[in-house]
Amino acid sequence: MEQQVSYTLDSTLDTVDHAEESATRIATELGFGEDEVMQISMAVREGAVNAVLHGNQYAPDKKVILAFERTPEDLVITIRDQGKGIDLNGIPNPLAPENLLKTSGRGIFLMRSFMDVVEIRPSQTGTEVKLIKHVHGSSVGNKEGSQ
Amino acid sequence: MSMKLSTRQVDGVTIVDCSGRITLGEGSVTLRDTVRDLLSKGNKKIVLNLAEVNYIDSSGIGELVSAFTTTKNQGGELKLLHLTKKVHDLLQITKLYTVFDVKDDETAAVKSFK
Repeated sequence: MEQQVSYTLDSTLDTVDHAEESATRIATELGFGEDEVMQISMAVREGAVNAVLHGNQYAPDKKVILAFERTPEDLVITIRDQGKGIDLNGIPNPLAPENLLKTSGRGIFLMRSFMDVVEIRPSQTGTEVKLIKHVHGSSVGNKEGSQ
Repeated sequence: MSMKLSTRQVDGVTIVDCSGRITLGEGSVTLRDTVRDLLSKGNKKIVLNLAEVNYIDSSGIGELVSAFTTTKNQGGELKLLHLTKKVHDLLQITKLYTVFDVKDDETAAVKSFK
């Protein structure tokens, strides 16, 4: 992977699969362990789902921008949509007893569970989600050894 | 790999053998349609065998919840069988593991229905 790579993608389910596959490939190339690769790819998938469904609402004229950046310490993934901006105050806690049996609302929770840092920046022109996974830890030796 | 489902009957219980991915789109719809079809035909004792499910996303989790509540609301029972580690871990962190009736033995699962 280059230091930074980005994709401009349509608001389709294919984009969700593409985002997940890219995350899996890049995280694997960077030497993350199998569990971490799964966590990263799932977090990216959830971010892409939110961008396509809730952000752009499948609008054909709106794009999803997906970027991967490798820094010495982190894998930084940015997912940006062109929707109206998510209302952060309107996100219920999926672990609350009254929400356990809801059929949606777990995407951001899973992102936060799987990544070291999750930043969500809504604006009137879209929402930007930044997902960060630190590369230190058990997989660092593999990563550094492969470069 | 997309999701594949097949159903079989064991002592009055419908076992739904699932394989592949339960994710947004085709996988979730396939599961939803199968469970609704079973319920419409009066099959209200359902076991989802997830032994061959290697991936599930939040939409898939939602679909499992929907299948569970839809079955319960129609007077039936839906149980999960043979969770892979990934699915098990996901149900743990979402606190759904204790909501579902999870089994690891098919015979015991079949016998557990009232």
